[in-house]
Amino acid sequence: MNELILILAQTGTRETPLAAAISEGLSLGAIYALLAMGFVIIFKATQVLNFAHGALAGLGAFLVASFATLINFPGRYLPESVPQWLSWTLSALCALIAAALVGMILERVFIRPMIGEELFAVAIVTLGIDIALRNVTNDFIGTDPRPLGDPWGLNILDLGWITFAHTEVAQILVSIVLVSAVALFFRTKTGIAMRATAFDQEAARAQGINVGRIFSISWAIGAVMAAVAGIFVSVYPRRAAGVDPSTAFFAFKALPAIILGGLDSVGGAVIGGFAIGIAEAFVGEFVRFDFLGSGFAGIVPYLLMLIVLIVRPYGLFGTEEIRRV
Amino acid sequence: MRGRPLLHTSYEADQSILNTTTKKVVMALFLGFLVLLPFTGGAESSGERLFDFSIPFVGFLSSNDYLQLLATVCIFAIGALGLNLLTGVAGQVSLGHSFFMGVGAYTAVWLGAPEGPLLGLGLPIWIWLPAAGLVPAAIGLLVGPTAVRVRGLYLAIVTLGLVFIGEYVFRNWRSLTGGSQAGRSFQELDVRLWKEETPLIEISQDGAWASTNGKGFLMLLVLLIVFTVIAKNLQRSRAGRAFQAIRDRDVAAEVMGVDEFRYKLLAFGISSFYAGVAGALLTAFLGRTIPERWDLILAVQFIAIILIGGAGTVSGTLMGSAFVIMLPRVVQNGTEWLRAAIEEGGFIATIADPIVVTDPTDGGIINTLPGVGPGLSVLQANQVLYGLLIIGFLIFEPLGLYGIWLRIRNYWKGWPFTY
Repeated sequence: MNELILILAQTGTRETPLAAAISEGLSLGAIYALLAMGFVIIFKATQVLNFAHGALAGLGAFLVASFATLINFPGRYLPESVPQWLSWTLSALCALIAAALVGMILERVFIRPMIGEELFAVAIVTLGIDIALRNVTNDFIGTDPRPLGDPWGLNILDLGWITFAHTEVAQILVSIVLVSAVALFFRTKTGIAMRATAFDQEAARAQGINVGRIFSISWAIGAVMAAVAGIFVSVYPRRAAGVDPSTAFFAFKALPAIILGGLDSVGGAVIGGFAIGIAEAFVGEFVRFDFLGSGFAGIVPYLLMLIVLIVRPYGLFGTEEIRRV
Repeated sequence: MRGRPLLHTSYEADQSILNTTTKKVVMALFLGFLVLLPFTGGAESSGERLFDFSIPFVGFLSSNDYLQLLATVCIFAIGALGLNLLTGVAGQVSLGHSFFMGVGAYTAVWLGAPEGPLLGLGLPIWIWLPAAGLVPAAIGLLVGPTAVRVRGLYLAIVTLGLVFIGEYVFRNWRSLTGGSQAGRSFQELDVRLWKEETPLIEISQDGAWASTNGKGFLMLLVLLIVFTVIAKNLQRSRAGRAFQAIRDRDVAAEVMGVDEFRYKLLAFGISSFYAGVAGALLTAFLGRTIPERWDLILAVQFIAIILIGGAGTVSGTLMGSAFVIMLPRVVQNGTEWLRAAIEEGGFIATIADPIVVTDPTDGGIINTLPGVGPGLSVLQANQVLYGLLIIGFLIFEPLGLYGIWLRIRNYWKGWPFTY
C-alpha cells in the first residue's frame, strides 16, 4: 500500500493534468469498450440485452484470482524455472475457459427455454441471472478483496510528459487485439451465421444454421469478454487490492457506451466506450466545482447517453428499427 | 353455489370488479380480517392496555414487527401498482422506479420535516403526501418525451441511467438529504390540520387500542385500498385500454387512433405519482432514509414484484408485493427452524443439514452464523432467491402468482371434471 501511495505521489507531481486525463481516459475507454463489446456480441447474435454482464465480469475476475493465487493452477505443476508472468497467463487462460463454460451453461439453462419469447422477458431473465450470480460470487469473494496476482503490478511506463501504468498499456493493447479479432470474427462463416441468426432466427434455421450452437458460442465469447474486462477492473490503478463486490457494478457504466454507439454496432461500441471513458476522465480531471459535489464524473456517461438519445434515439451507429404492424 | 353466478343481466354487473357473490364475501372477510389485525389493545410494552384481543391461529401477525412488515407490504404494493401500470399494462419497461420513489420521498421530507438545520417546512400530511406524488409525476412528464422517443431495451437503459443520476443528486444535496450514508430522519404519519402541536389523528405514539405500527398499518391499508381502486378503474377505462393497445403493438394502436405519445406520457406520469407516494410513505413510516436507499436494487425489487405477481394484473401485483416483501422473513424463520431441527436431530435434520451451515466447518447453502463464514448469508440467500424466482416465473409461469391462482381456481371450478 505504501508503495502505491509513493507512486501516486510521484506521478502526481510529474504529470500534467492533461496527460493524466489522457492516460486515464484511454484506459477507462479501453475497459468500457471491452465491456460494451461483450454486450454487443450477445445482442447481435441473440437479440438479448445481457444485464448479467456485470456479474460475469465479477465472476471472471474472481475466477482469475482463484486460479492464479488461491489454488495456483496450473502454476503448481510447472517447474520452478517458469517465469511468473507465464504461469499467470496460463492461469488466466484457464479462468477464461471456465468463464466461457459458465456462460454456455447459463445460456443453455436459462436463455434457451426463452427462445421466441419477448425481448423484454429475456432481458429481465438476464437481470435475474445477474442478481443470483452476483450474490453467489460476492459470497465466495467474502469481505476482503481478492488480489489477482497479476504480473504488471504497480509498474509505470514513463514516456516523459505522459505516464501509463503497465496495466493501462495492457488494457489498451488487449482491447485493440480483441476488438479486431471480433470484427474479423463477424466475417468468418460462424460470424456470418451469427449475424443471420440475429436477423431472423427462423430463416437462419431454415438455411441450416444451428441456432442453439450460435447462442452457445455468443454467450461463451460474451462471458470471456466480460471476464477480460473484469480482470482490468480489478487491478491497479482501479482496484489495486483485487476483485471485490463493486467489480460487478462497473459494467453498468458500459451501458451508456453501447447506447451511444447503438446496441448492434461493434464499431459503435468501441467508439462509444472510448468516448465515454475519455469524457469521464476529462470531467474528473478538469471540472471541479464545489456545487457539483463528489462523484460527478461517475454520472457523466449517463448524462452523455441521455443527450445522445434525445438527438438520436437509436444511438450514433445503431440501425433504426423498422416498425411493422 | 346456486344459480348461475356468471349470468349478468346488465353491463354494470358484467363489468363490476367483484362480479360474483363468492368474490364479494371472500373480499369482505379478508378486509375484515386485515382491519381487525392491529386492534390488539396497544403495544405489549405499554402498561395501559384497554383490552386484550388476538385473532385465533394467526394472532402472531398482530405483534409489532409483523405489523411493520405488513405495513411495508402496503407501501410496496402502492409503488408496485404504479410500475404495473407502466410496465405491465402499458408495456414500457422501467428500471427507474426507485428514482421516482426517491424524488417523492425527498419532496415529502422537504415539506413535512420540522424546521431545523436541514431543509424542512413542517407542513401537515395532507400537503406533503399529494406533493410527494405530484413532483415525481411532473419530473416523469419532463423525462417522458425522451423516454417516449426511445423504445424497448433502450428505454430500460435510459431509466437505469436515471437511477444513477438520481443517486448522485441525492448524495450531494446534503442540505436536503443529510448526505451519503448519514441520511436524515423523518417520522411523520400524524394527521394535522396545520402546524399545531396536538395531531387530529396520532400515529406516531402507541395508543390505547393499537400500537404505533398497528395504526400505521391501518392508515396505509386505507391508502392502499384507495390506490388499488384507482388503479383497477384506470385499467378498465379508456386510458387503460389505450395502454394495453400500445403494449400489444404500438404501431397498430396508433393506426387505430390511439395517441401513442400522449398515453405513454400519461402512463409515465401516473406511474411516477404512485412511486413518489410510495417513496414518501416508506420514509415516513420507517422514519429514516439514506440516499443509497433509492438504488438499482430497489428498482429491481419492484420489477420482481410485478413479474412474480403477474404483469398487468392488479391482484397479481398485490400478491407479488406480499410475496416479495415477506420472503426475507420466511427465509429467516425457515432457516432458524431448520437449525433448531438439526440440533434436535431426526429425519428433518438429515434434510436440513446440507441446507444450513451450523458451524464454520460445516458445509451448506445458507449460513446462520453471526459474521462471515461459509455459505450464503440470509440476506444474500434472499437476493439469490429473488433472481431465481424472476427467472423461474418468466420461464414457467409468465402470468406469475396470478396465473397459478387462475389455474387452481379453474381446476376447482370444473372439479371433478377436467374442463
